[in-house]
Amino acid sequence: MNTEASSASIVPRAIPTTHLLYWSIRRELMEYRSIYLAPASIGAVIVLGFGFVLVGLPHTVSSAMTLNPEKQHEAISQPFEVVAGLIMAAAFIVSFYYALDTLYGERRDRSILFWKSLPVSDLTAVLAKAFVLLLVLPTIAIVITLITEAIVLSLSMAMLAAHGLSIAAFWAQLQPIQMMNGLLYHILTVHILWYAPLYCWLMLVSAWSKRAPLLWALLPPFAIVVFEKVAFHTSHFQNFLQDRFSGGNGAMVDSEMRMPIVHFMITPGLWYGLLFAAAFLLAAARLRRARGPI
Amino acid sequence: MACIEARGLRKVFGTTVALNGINLQVEQGRILGLIGPNGAGKTTVLNVILGLTPYEGELRVLGRDPWSERDQLMRDVSFVADVALLPRWIRVSELLAYVAGVHPSFDRAKAENFLTKTGIRHASKVRELSKGMVAQLHLAIIMAIDAKLLVLDEPTLGLDLLYRKQFYDSLLGDYFDGNRTIVVTTHQVEEIQQILTDLMFIHEGNIVFACGMDEFEFRYAEVSVNPAQIAAARALKPMYERQVFGRSILLFDMKSAGVDRKQLAALGEVRTPTIADLFVAVMGSQTSGLSANQARNKSLPENQEGVVR
Repeated sequence: MNTEASSASIVPRAIPTTHLLYWSIRRELMEYRSIYLAPASIGAVIVLGFGFVLVGLPHTVSSAMTLNPEKQHEAISQPFEVVAGLIMAAAFIVSFYYALDTLYGERRDRSILFWKSLPVSDLTAVLAKAFVLLLVLPTIAIVITLITEAIVLSLSMAMLAAHGLSIAAFWAQLQPIQMMNGLLYHILTVHILWYAPLYCWLMLVSAWSKRAPLLWALLPPFAIVVFEKVAFHTSHFQNFLQDRFSGGNGAMVDSEMRMPIVHFMITPGLWYGLLFAAAFLLAAARLRRARGPI
Repeated sequence: MACIEARGLRKVFGTTVALNGINLQVEQGRILGLIGPNGAGKTTVLNVILGLTPYEGELRVLGRDPWSERDQLMRDVSFVADVALLPRWIRVSELLAYVAGVHPSFDRAKAENFLTKTGIRHASKVRELSKGMVAQLHLAIIMAIDAKLLVLDEPTLGLDLLYRKQFYDSLLGDYFDGNRTIVVTTHQVEEIQQILTDLMFIHEGNIVFACGMDEFEFRYAEVSVNPAQIAAARALKPMYERQVFGRSILLFDMKSAGVDRKQLAALGEVRTPTIADLFVAVMGSQTSGLSANQARNKSLPENQEGVVR
């Protein structure tokens, strides 16, 4: 009897969706090496540049210690916030480029026909790309920020110790735990949750446009702003966009002004945004299904 | 169950009818050649079979509706849609790892074994490979996938003779086992004549000719007619006539003309026509109103080129 063999050939063993997702994400990282190389090289440049600051650091710290505590904290923690800000900016630029290119590039170089010859659904492919944008890239940005800050911190402490200055006072003013909290809060609220609809909009345009995705991503919103201004003399859409770009309520990084995470989570704008993000992704998956190479 | 079964398959792009309600049945274990001029609808047929395009009419591929069940279907179907469409940025080793990760019936060892016979190194990126090597790499992947249906759309376009020959030799020698089904389109018809089991011509969205290659051999004959007997030969109702070096070559459908090989042998030298010859004859009769030669030049520039090479 060959029942076993024939039933095995009728129902081929399927690969679990989680594996397909995992390999699709790995594929994205193979293609877009800038996802980790860009933030990492910014980190390296910061460490190099910090070498120059390091020479004058004992002087800066000893003069900072004479200021009031508020100013002390500011003077000492400022370089670390610059580190976080620069790496975040690099990650944002990479995200923007990636979101706009990912579904457009594969159609332009016709490789989409090869991807479609494998048993990975369009939804899985699109979700993998969204995972890269909303989870992998922010995680990489956090890790590289922490590594860079750790290097800058150890160099600073070694320099201060060599000059006989108090590391304890420096450490106390730096408040590293609070700094890290601020970083994680900012990434989660602004870069992931608040920006999600922006990234997903870029992916939708990437899946849709036949040429010049950058123009298609930027011109329609701009046209709406202009139309509204000319026709109704109002700027609701412009305000809406500004609010979205500035990071909304999540942008308050300072611990005193920061909205508690629970309050942020019940902001209606957050949930509308996430609904739009989901809709954009589904539409992108449908477009990928229907569209061939360009 | 047939591997591919279509009834009244239609596809319209705007005002252009790409497929005009075709019927198609391909049994398991066949190697079908789908031949037609550019824009005839070949690629549309393949795209519809592969679930890349929605369609009207009935279609079952391996018992599934390719448009709505595409994700499951792709576990059993492989295709090469074009030469050299592998992503240019990927490394050979990354490509093998990825396909092994997502394809349930990909045998990585088999692909690597095939690659050792080529000059392709695992550390190379696809963009560093020649076009012929990219085709070999793609073939290595295809051959290592245990698929039931393989669809090839111009798989050797732009490759040199050596690579083309290797491609079909590997396909027939190492891959085809009598259980798989292969559908292939190409303009280089003379190279696949020996490997096909079935032949189909498509023109302006219609299937204008279909026959098995066994039938082809004994049904069609081409006669290089002795000048003295040309009138007698024409009286036997040839499908098509052409001139080569001042001699008339007449192509006969022996079944519908009611003649046999013996009768034809009396008129001149008889041989089995090539697919290209028959294609020109069939297309010539399709575009009536033009002279045979005009029709040939009009509808088949790429085929003539293929014949000359």
